[in-house]
Amino acid sequence: METGYPYLYVLSAVAVMAIVTYIPRMLPLTLMRRKIQNKFIRSFLYYVPYAVLAAMTVPGILYSTSNMVSAILGLIAAVFLAYKNKGLLLVALGAVAVVFITEQCMLFL
Amino acid sequence: MSADVKADFLRGLHNGVPICLGYVSVAFTFGMMCTENSMPFWIAVLISMTNLTSAGQFAGTALIIGGGSLLEIGITTFVINIRYLLMSLSLSQRIDPALSIPKRLLMSFGVTDEIFGVSMQSRGQISAAYFFGLMTAPFWGWALGTLIGATAVSLLPAMVRSALGIAIYGMFLAVIIPPARTERALVWVIVIAAMISCIFYYLPVLQQLSSGWVIIICAVLASSFAAIKWPIKEEEE
Repeated sequence: METGYPYLYVLSAVAVMAIVTYIPRMLPLTLMRRKIQNKFIRSFLYYVPYAVLAAMTVPGILYSTSNMVSAILGLIAAVFLAYKNKGLLLVALGAVAVVFITEQCMLFL
Repeated sequence: MSADVKADFLRGLHNGVPICLGYVSVAFTFGMMCTENSMPFWIAVLISMTNLTSAGQFAGTALIIGGGSLLEIGITTFVINIRYLLMSLSLSQRIDPALSIPKRLLMSFGVTDEIFGVSMQSRGQISAAYFFGLMTAPFWGWALGTLIGATAVSLLPAMVRSALGIAIYGMFLAVIIPPARTERALVWVIVIAAMISCIFYYLPVLQQLSSGWVIIICAVLASSFAAIKWPIKEEEE
């Protein structure tokens, strides 16, 4: 554990996350008995997770390693493995392996 | 505990085991990501035990690591988790209308994509005992996987740890790409959101906006566009 870690900030953020995660799960189950009829809202909610994750990945993934060459190769590996329907862990570790190998190779260039 | 309740709970527990195994591996990666970014391991476990969700928790944690404001973290996490409204709503119509509020409150905590999905596969009314059984193994798998991932990473050499920075993005891609293979609208949602995100990242004035708000803007624009152009059909719920 590092000294000077911002515990207050981090724990507050965790509490906020826990509350806003619980509320949408809890409200309909405890209160509502009726189905949302509005097609736009239902469609919008369906697409939201994909948009959020895409926005978080691009361009962030390009700056997630020590250099952009390894990041791009890692991105290609991840897209390929995900497209082949490999599981979350395999896709993640596949990208990590490609980045690791690339960075090791670049040490000798 | 009556025989029926016990049987329902055990049936749920049994059905939850495959979900649990999947959760251990995903949580393991999450735990590694947290430790890789200097987060104490017990906070990673605390996040998993209080949030019990994938995308929202990953996004929120990424924002914590980036030092985002509490408002950004709250809105981003909420926007990602807003889909649970729909699942919770569907579930509310499959349970005993007389079910007590405390039981409903406890069930609500277990509404994840996978637990919800499996619970809705069973025929007829979903009993509270069955749902409690179903959420038990995944909950502990999620917590334990996080603990193992978070503590194992510090044993790794520095070169391996620097490569782990890409892990969370690999995980995101593994969530969004497989369903996009068969659904064109999702391809567009992903491409549009990614393009808007790049615009905000690279353009001089726009790049001053912090990442949490950029994500919200991307999500609202891309999802609204897709919802207008490709409204979902009933079976996609």
